[in-house]
This record gives sequence, structure tokens and C-alpha cells, in this order.
Amino acid sequence: MELLMQQPFYKRLNLGDWLFALFIAVVTGYTFSLYGSRMDIYEDLILLGSGAGIVALGWFWGSWRWFFPLAGAMSLLAIELYDHNLARASESFGLKYLLSSQSSFMWMCTLFFLATGVYWAGLLSRSALLNRIGSGLTWAASAFALAGLFTRWYESYLIAPDVGRIPVSNLYEVFILFCLITALMYLYYEAKFAARQLGAFVLLVITAAVGFILWYTFDRQAHTIQPLIPALQSWWMKIHVPANFVGYGAFALSAMLGVAQLLSRRGILTDKLPKADVIDEMMYKAISVGFLFFTIATILGAMWAADAWGGYWSWDPKETWALIVWLNYAAWLHVRLVKGWRGEPLAWWAVIGLLVTTFAFIGVNMFLSGLHSYGSL
Amino acid sequence: MKSQKKPASPGYRLYELLSSMRFAIGLLTILSIASVIGTVLKQNEAYPNYAFEFGQFWFKAFEYLGLYDVYHSAWFLTILAFLVISTTLCIVRNGPAFIRDMKGFREKAAEGSLKAMKHSRELAVPLGEAQAVALIQQRGMRYKRSERDDGSIVLAAKKGSGSKLGYFFAHIAMVVICIGGLMDGNLPLKIGELTGSIVPETRELPQGQIPQQSRLGANNLSFRGSVTVVENKSADVIFLNSGKGYLVQELPFIVTLKKFHVDYYSNGMPKLFASDIVVTDKASGKETPATVKVNHPLIVDGVAIYQASFGDGGSPLQLKAWNLAQPQSSASEIKGVSLNSQPLRVNGQDYQLEFGDLRVFNIENMGKREADGKTLQQRMHDVREVKQDTKNLKNVGPSITYKLRDSHGQAREFHHYMAPMEQEGALYQIAGVRSEVAQPFQYLRIPLDDELKVDSFMRLQAALKNPALYDEIARRTTAKAMQGAAISPAMEKQFGDSVKWILARFGEGGFVALEKFLDARVPADKRQAIAQTYIKILQGAVIDVMAVAQEKAGLKPWPQDEKHYRFLLDGLVTVSAFNDYAAPLYLELQGFEQVQSSGLQMTRSPGKNLVYLGSLMLVIGIILMFYVREVRLWLVLRAGSVRVAMSSNRHNRDLDEDFDKIVGALSPRAGDA
Repeated sequence: MELLMQQPFYKRLNLGDWLFALFIAVVTGYTFSLYGSRMDIYEDLILLGSGAGIVALGWFWGSWRWFFPLAGAMSLLAIELYDHNLARASESFGLKYLLSSQSSFMWMCTLFFLATGVYWAGLLSRSALLNRIGSGLTWAASAFALAGLFTRWYESYLIAPDVGRIPVSNLYEVFILFCLITALMYLYYEAKFAARQLGAFVLLVITAAVGFILWYTFDRQAHTIQPLIPALQSWWMKIHVPANFVGYGAFALSAMLGVAQLLSRRGILTDKLPKADVIDEMMYKAISVGFLFFTIATILGAMWAADAWGGYWSWDPKETWALIVWLNYAAWLHVRLVKGWRGEPLAWWAVIGLLVTTFAFIGVNMFLSGLHSYGSL
Repeated sequence: MKSQKKPASPGYRLYELLSSMRFAIGLLTILSIASVIGTVLKQNEAYPNYAFEFGQFWFKAFEYLGLYDVYHSAWFLTILAFLVISTTLCIVRNGPAFIRDMKGFREKAAEGSLKAMKHSRELAVPLGEAQAVALIQQRGMRYKRSERDDGSIVLAAKKGSGSKLGYFFAHIAMVVICIGGLMDGNLPLKIGELTGSIVPETRELPQGQIPQQSRLGANNLSFRGSVTVVENKSADVIFLNSGKGYLVQELPFIVTLKKFHVDYYSNGMPKLFASDIVVTDKASGKETPATVKVNHPLIVDGVAIYQASFGDGGSPLQLKAWNLAQPQSSASEIKGVSLNSQPLRVNGQDYQLEFGDLRVFNIENMGKREADGKTLQQRMHDVREVKQDTKNLKNVGPSITYKLRDSHGQAREFHHYMAPMEQEGALYQIAGVRSEVAQPFQYLRIPLDDELKVDSFMRLQAALKNPALYDEIARRTTAKAMQGAAISPAMEKQFGDSVKWILARFGEGGFVALEKFLDARVPADKRQAIAQTYIKILQGAVIDVMAVAQEKAGLKPWPQDEKHYRFLLDGLVTVSAFNDYAAPLYLELQGFEQVQSSGLQMTRSPGKNLVYLGSLMLVIGIILMFYVREVRLWLVLRAGSVRVAMSSNRHNRDLDEDFDKIVGALSPRAGDA
């Protein structure tokens, strides 16, 4: 009767879970011993919350237990190599070719391109091995992305103490965040649903983002680090932006799953892809996660706006488009959950949803003016 | 054809429609599309801007549709109201059934319906009641026991009723948020405007003279407006935008601006905008000093005070006026105050001098785009490099704008910088002019002398425009030409006349005057060569112009070197360009005492907490709906067999797995595992 045991939550944790928690607790404690004397109560709470969040994510998702420490170790190594001196970026071999934020991001771009190719080869040749390699490359790209973001955070402080800020404050940085979050969410579902064949589709949208990052870097020098203008100097930014990108990432993911599902239902690649119903369920899961985080992000944005712009809702174009995106997915979820729609219409809707989301994400910055102008191209 | 059912009453049909799913989805769609309009068309601009952009017909049409303030237009609010009604009715319609469902265990479920469930199986194994209860409790489920007439025992178990609770949370949240938003909206103002009790003011009046019908009392529940306060001045009202005009909102306190601060990063980007203010309560006289920064509002009496903008507050200025119509006269001093105007009499004509903004910091991007002309390798290197932005932002120092309006009301606008600016290795004073607000400024650059002053240029200009000096200048230039054997003695008189003639043309109208003459009098094929000659003569003569000017002013002659020669060549270009400047005066900013102003936005939004409460409920509701799975389990215990039936609010793989687990565990030999 053991199988039936639905034990309380804490009893279900295994040794690995506890070891991971212990490890993060020790790291958090060590961090506190280093910097605790300079932190105020809010920062104490944020540190504690971050530690708890990382542990929770590790318990929820096994892969996080090695991924996060790996990315952390990469960025700590980069910080060690920097040794408080920004000029080391071009002197130290490790930084110049591997770990400085820009090198990390270039590796991320390269690895995502490779992963896309390998996933497609794996899909078309039905090779489980190639798909596994695709997964591995995606993991590696994600590690570089996360480590690069951490390192960039540190680098900004090396430029000047008053320049230092979290790297989620301009379009260049959030595009990297987008690639990272979309890839990680995909990797989670890939493992959960044993659906590696879908990487070919999901990586397409990441590749598009990578293409944008490269254009933005080479043509516009967008990778340079700028200090924060007064409007962005707020701790709301640290949670509003990442929450938003969980939403954007999930919606992008669901749209690509929608494409895969549509092809599969039309007899294209049907025998090579997972069952359409499985893709359908993944799509639903992605949208429900995205919807939750997008809701939270919009609310956080409203609370920030109440501090910064004098009102929680100003019908600013970005806000309005966020509302449109939210209404769109609210309607999607209603017809699925209440009307019981499944399959093709919802897949189409998810694909169209990506267009709406993309406009809210980039189009508003390109074509419409408003309070969110710091994200402009 | 006869209908079996009695037709529903129209009222009930309406209720059904309003509370229906398709109506709600339709509303969401309409709301989305309507929202787009306000993002495409810029909202709440000044009405004349719209009229200018769309033309009179469309301006009126769009005004009628309320497109300039879509989100507060009657039709948009109607859609929102319908959304609230629809959501409320949805709750009313489905709520009771949901609550029953949440409470109930469905222990009376008929055998037939249990059998018909997708996850249902009869297992030929005996199961004791104690065992069954243990199984249910191990899964963290609550249950209810019931006995059927045939003696079998039904254990109806369930968990995850919170999922239904989530429905209530999420949908009530929407209503709560909309009510909160409505409280903070400007609906009362709109109604006031419709009934005529509130009339927006469209004229520019001093605050004290604005009539009562455009004023709102301090007890107004919700408002959002702004006011500009000058340093060491106070404000006790704010201004609310209202369509074509504005309204005055009285405040329960007085705000005094002590000082406004701007800080910059080392690269020239702004780092801090802050106002040191003192808030004095009107009733108690209590003073609260505070600093308001972007992202750090001050909340007094339920009114939040925000740092919104900043600008010049009217700074005393000292200027030097150069009379361009009479360049020989010396410059005079003028005093003024930015953002103010004063009458001015120049050469017998009356003008109005209207000062605009004094801007003490002008951050300009001086850098060129680095990517241009780089090899791929260099670019690859750049991309790997970690550095601060390459934009070369630089503070080019204070500037002033002013308009000079003549007695016909015609005005030209000027934009003058105070500090010398370096261009291609030399220093200049930069001055811009335009005749229409929509045009960009045309800038001319005045070369600065060794003392970094414009005086030498003004002397040069005066001499070039002074026919009385032409004889002397021509004499010197001719003598120089003779000395250098550039001309034969026979040509002496003719050359001297040419110099005088060229100086006169240039003095009248610059290079353009010379060009006009060439176009009118010289055959096209010779123009180029003659123009070259003119310029050569002018470039030679300008040295003598300066020398004569210096002598006349009793100053020592200029050294003849490359730097000074460049000054003279630049001077020729600028003298020529000054013809387009078309002003009787050139005002040079000499000094100022900066007085800043700060734009403060103030809001009172009593609905905010309601909106936040609704938001919290919404998040809780979504989490409950999506992440709490309602699972029901029935175990029908009979002698020798048991029926296992399961259902869930969502049919997905999790339910399949759960069902398989339970069935597997109850099947013979599973217990050995």
C-alpha cells in the first residue's frame, strides 16, 4: 500500500532535497556574514526570500539543483578573475573568451543557434541522441545566459559604484532574460512531458530573439552598460521585469507549441512529433503559468507606477497593451476551461497571441510613445 | 411545431445573455479593440494639436467619439460597466451551484452515474471499511459515508475544493478592481461637466481670478493633477486637465519649494531629480519638511506628492545687446528675467522681448556612431568588451531662448548658448534662430577672439559694413597686391575699385549678394572663375579690414598667423550668415542667477487600496483555480468487490495517473510491493 501514501509535503522530500536546501542555506548565511553589516532590514528580507525561493525552485524542479549552482559558480569565477578591476576583462583569458558578461552572451547566442540546428536534425531524423544533445546545448546556453547576467550585474558596479544596477533595465538585457526564461521553461516541460522533439520549434523563437540581440549589439552597440535614470531607480523593477518575462517567455513557448500542434494535426511531421493532445496539454500548462506571472507582473507594475508616475493605472500604451495581452489570454483560458475547447482553434489562438504579446513587448516601444520610453529601440 | 418548454421571459433571457460566457468573451474582445485606439492616438493632447493634425472635419468627428480621451469616454466606461455587470451576474448565476458543489460530497451518487465515469472500475477484491478510510485519509482527502439500500457502503471523498473558491476570488476580484478604479476615475467630474455645475476654464488666467465654477474643493475625494512651483514660492492648488481646458483643485495644505536638485552621472545622464519642499497644513499650520524624489513620493493627508518635472522658474539674466543695424555703435547692457517679457526700443522701433527658458545644463550627444567604418574584427572585439555606453554626452553649458516680437506681432525666436563651444579645434559662440516654432533652429557660429569674446568679430562685422572704411582698406589691399607683384601697376586703380565694390556687395548681403550679381551679369561659363577671384580678393582684404578695425578702435594690430587667419575666414562666413539672422539685436548671455521650478504631481486615490485588495484576490484566485486540482473519489464497498470511481475538474494525465495508482494498489498482490 506504499504507493498510496500521500505523505505530508515535508516527508516527501528526499536526501537530495535536504542537501540542496542546506547548501543554499550555507551560501545565504555566508553571504549574510560578508555583507550583513551593510544591509538594511529590507535587504535582509530580500536575501532570505531569495534563498528560500531558490530552495523552493530546487525542490520543485530537480534540474535547478545543479543548474543554479553551476551558473552561480561561473559568475563567481568571473568575479574572482575580475579582482575588482574592469580592465581585466581584456587581459584575463578566462574573462575575455569565456566569462565576461559579453563573452558569456556571445556563447549563449552561439549555443542557442547550435541547439536549434541539432534539435531540427534530431526531429527530422528521429534521433533521440541528437535531441539529447540539443537539450544539453540549450542547458549550456542557459547557464551562460544566467551567469552572464550575474556577471554583468557585478561589472556595472565596477564601472562606477553609482552605475551599478540589476541587468534588467533595457531592451538588450531583457532580451537575454527572455531567451533564458523561455529556454528554462521549455527545458522543464521537455523533461516533464518527455517531449524533446519540440525543442526544434521552441528554439526557433529563441533564435529569433538571439538574432535581434546580435543585430542590437553589432549595429547599435546596445550592450554598453548605462546607469539608471531616476524613473528606473526602484526595487520594484527587480521583481516587475522578471515576472513579466516569465509571462512573455511562457506565451512565446505556448505559441511555438501551438505551431507544432497545428502541423501535427495536419499530418506534417505527425509521426515525428509527440501526440497532439500532449502538445495541447503542454500549451495549456505554459499559458496558465504565463497568465499567472503576467497577472502578478502587471499588478507589480501598477504598484510601481503608483510610486513613480502618480497613479497605478495611467492608460499608458505599455499598460494598455499589457491589459490587451491579459484579456486575450483570459479569454483563451475561459474558452478552454469553461467551454471545453481543445486542439486547433486554441492552437491558432495561441499563435496569434504571440503576435499580440510581441507587439506589447517590442512594438509598443517601436511605434508608440509613452511613459515606458526607456525600453525604446 | 410546438415547443415543449415554456418560452423564457424576456427578462430572464437578458439575464441569461448578460451572464453568459459568450457575452463575457465578446466584451473582453471589444474592450481589447477599444483599448488599442487610445494607444495609437495620443491621448489628452491640447485640442489645437488634434485640429492641426486631422483637419476640422475629422477633428470634430473624433471629438464627438471621445477619441482624445478614450478611456474616460462614456462608451468606454459603458463597456467596463457591462463587464462588471456580466461578471457579477456570472457569479450570481453560478455561485450557488458552486457553493453546493464545494460543500457536498455527492455521496448519494447513483451507481449508474459512477459507472458512467471515465475513470471507474469494479474490482473483484474485498475491501474493509477501515482499510478504505485509511486509503482516503492517506491521500489527504475528506470523505462522507453513506449506506445504500442494498447494504453497500459508499465512501465519497474529495480534496481541492479550493479550486472552486478560486473562481470566486478571481471573479469577485475583477468587480472589486473595477469599483476601485471607478472611485479614482473622473466620473464625478464628467457628470459635473454634463450638468454644468463644473465648467473647465480655457483661458490663461492668474490662479486667483479663475471663477468658482472651475474650482474643486479640498474635500474632493479623488483627483490627479499637477502644479509648477518656483523655488522659494508656494502653491495651494493644482491643475487638472479636463478636455479642452483645466480645473483648479484646492489643496488642504500649502506646498513651498525650497530647492530643486538635479544630479548627473559622470557620463552626463541624469541621476537624481529631487525637490526639497515644506508642506504647511492650512488648518493646523503644522509644517512638514520633506524631499520628494522620483519613485519616492511624499504622502500628506492622503494626498501623494510626486516629483514629475522640472524647469526654469524665471531667472534674472544679464545680457549684452549688440545693435546689428548700427554695428558701429557699442554694445549695451540689458537686464531681464527668463520666462518673462519686457518692451524694448531698438533704432526707433518698438519690440517686445519675450524670454523663454534658461537652461543651465544642456546635455548633448557629441559622440559619433562608433560602428561606422569598422572592420568585422574590430566589431567582434567591441562586442566582447565590457564598458559603459559610448555615447559621448557632454554638458555644453547654459542656454537661453528669447523671442523678439515687432509691432506687427511678427516674432523670430533665438536660442543662444553662453559658453564657448569647440568645433574643429577653434572656439565659437553658438546662436540659433528660427521664424516658426515648427522649424528647427538654424545655428550660426561666431568665432571667439583671444579673450574668448565676440567683440573682435563684432568689430570685424562693423568694419565690413562700414563704407567709410572701404577706401583705406582697398588702399592697403592694393598695396599688398602690388608688393607681392600679384598685379601690374597699370591695374592698380581698377583693382582698388574691385576691392571696394566687392566689399560693398558683401557688406550689403554677404556671399549671396555676390552670387546674385554673378548669376545676373556674368555668363554661366565664366561664373566659376570670377567667383574664385572674388573670394580670393575678399580673403585677402579681410586681413586689412581687421587691421583697420583694430586701429580705429585704438587696439594693437593682430598677429598674422594661421589661427587668426582662420578666425577671419570664419568671420566672413558668419558675417554672411548674419544676413539670415534678420534681427536688429544680438543678445549675448553674460550672467544669470538660476531660479528653478519643480513640477509636482499630486493625487488622491481612495480606490487604490481597493484595487490592491482586488489584485491580491485575483492572484490568489488564479493560483487556486490553476494549481489546486479538485479530485473526487468514490469507493463503493460491497461484499467481495469494490467500485472505484474518480473525477476531477480537469481531465488530464494527472487524473489518469492517480486512478491507475489506486486501482493498481487495490488489485491483488499490489500490497506486496
